[in-house]
Amino acid sequence: MTPAPFTYYRPTSVADAISLLTEHGDEAKLIAGGHSLLPIMKLRFAAPEVLIDLGGIDDLDHIRVEGDEIAIGALARHVDLELSDLLRAEAPLLAHTAGVVGDCQIRHRGTFGGSVAHGDPSADLPASLMALRGTIVVEGPGGRRSIAVDDFYTGFLETALEPDELVVELRVPRVGDAPWGYQKFRRRGIDWAIVGVAYQSEPGAGGIGLVNMGPTTLRASASEAALRSGASHDEVAALAAEGTSPVGDGAGSSEYRRHLARVLLSRALAGRSTT
Amino acid sequence: MTELAETTNGTDTAVAATVPLTLRVNGKDHDTAVEPRELLVDVIRERLGLTGTNVGCETTSCGACTVLLDDRSVKSCTVLAVQAQGREITTIEGLADGNTLHPVQAAFQRCHGLQCGFCTPGMVMASVSLIDEGRATDEKSVRAALKGNLCRCTGYHNIVAAVLSAADEMEADK
Ligand SMILES: Cc1cc2nc3c(=O)[nH]c(=O)nc-3n(C[C@H](O)[C@H](O)[C@H](O)COP(=O)(O)OP(=O)(O)OC[C@H]3O[C@@H](n4cnc5c(N)ncnc54)[C@H](O)[C@@H]3O)c2cc1C
Ligand code: FES
Ligand code: FES
Repeated sequence: MTPAPFTYYRPTSVADAISLLTEHGDEAKLIAGGHSLLPIMKLRFAAPEVLIDLGGIDDLDHIRVEGDEIAIGALARHVDLELSDLLRAEAPLLAHTAGVVGDCQIRHRGTFGGSVAHGDPSADLPASLMALRGTIVVEGPGGRRSIAVDDFYTGFLETALEPDELVVELRVPRVGDAPWGYQKFRRRGIDWAIVGVAYQSEPGAGGIGLVNMGPTTLRASASEAALRSGASHDEVAALAAEGTSPVGDGAGSSEYRRHLARVLLSRALAGRSTT
Repeated sequence: MTELAETTNGTDTAVAATVPLTLRVNGKDHDTAVEPRELLVDVIRERLGLTGTNVGCETTSCGACTVLLDDRSVKSCTVLAVQAQGREITTIEGLADGNTLHPVQAAFQRCHGLQCGFCTPGMVMASVSLIDEGRATDEKSVRAALKGNLCRCTGYHNIVAAVLSAADEMEADK
């Protein structure tokens, strides 16, 4: 299970990574932790001709306060988020979510930026980024721009990133100890979510993100609207699957997933989280 | 080119060029040359001859290939060797101090934490890392932190006991 051959570059700055992306265009792929990309390269589902390793850039894994936001470098690893005292205090939903991804070894390699950029609807962290109404800071030849998480996911494994851009930072508001919950339903501890629900209460920043309920990470808009209009938690949870389009597969039918979304949201609204 | 590239990938007729690579393994620099696509586990085993690290599933599931990268456990079947440049790699061969076993190795022996032994190098490396991160607080936490390591002999009970025993001992020695 060795990937197909490729030419390997290891830039030491974001600017160099962007030049390489510009130069090699469609033939090139970025690699961060490699824990989404390498498995598919080993299976030869992906065979990029050029691999640009972000691992040589050593100042892109910060987690720090900037005004009323927390700024997290794209190369911060899942475990850095999970064990960050700052994040646990300021955006505990995100720290908790990082801790339910895969297993320890996977969390030691996978990066926040890689998980967000990959665009897999069954990934955990993007749902919490959505619940927190976070932003994705990307950089390309023309400089930096910020993309709201609602505008980032455009289709299955597709994002608003231009081919010559990379994710450099993720930003979430500081919500402190406002109530939150993360529910990840799976059969075995090492599985991906069959369905997941991320809930962050208002004020200001609150929201509900859904894992694996359609081709992209989704916002539970109907439930959010009900929540804002003062509906009871039962009424809010009953709307969790409105407007979603979950697939049916070996893990469960689409109707089963809709049911799960409602049950999991009611648990998340009660502040309960799976570990 | 070496056998490695040709045998693992019979369909690629053009043999790609190797690049020079220095890997720091168990405190020693190893100068070697690899194709960028070579997996860390293959380089450790085939090029450096350190065969203590096992290959089980090759799909990031079983944990048999676990080594430490800058003191954190990783599955070396899902890391390119070139990604490990400039980092400190520790394999099972690097744990003991001469004839003195590492406390985690000694605890696996003491608690009968192995049967056939195939999963053991990965289990031990994962355990060293989880103890280091303060995850060995109780049985439940150890089980959660070891979920990426499978034991086909299914001797999990003694493995968990060994990790807790080692953690106690290492805490007492601090
Ligand atoms: C066995 C296993 C179990 C897993 N279980 C879970 C799970 O339960 N939940 C979960 O959420 N995830 C899970 N993952 C995925 C894991 O979290 C990945 O690490 C993560 O999805 C991708 O991050 P990465 O840094 O490894 O990205 P990579 O694999 O390096 O890259 C992924 C994609 O993103 C692109 N990319 C990477 N970084 C950037 C950047 N900064 N800017 C632009 N593009 C970029 C790459 O080009 C590539 O297309 C699992 C993975 C494995 C192998
Ligand atoms: S061989 Fe690497 S996880 Fe199984
Ligand atoms: S001891 Fe045999 S696989 Fe674990």
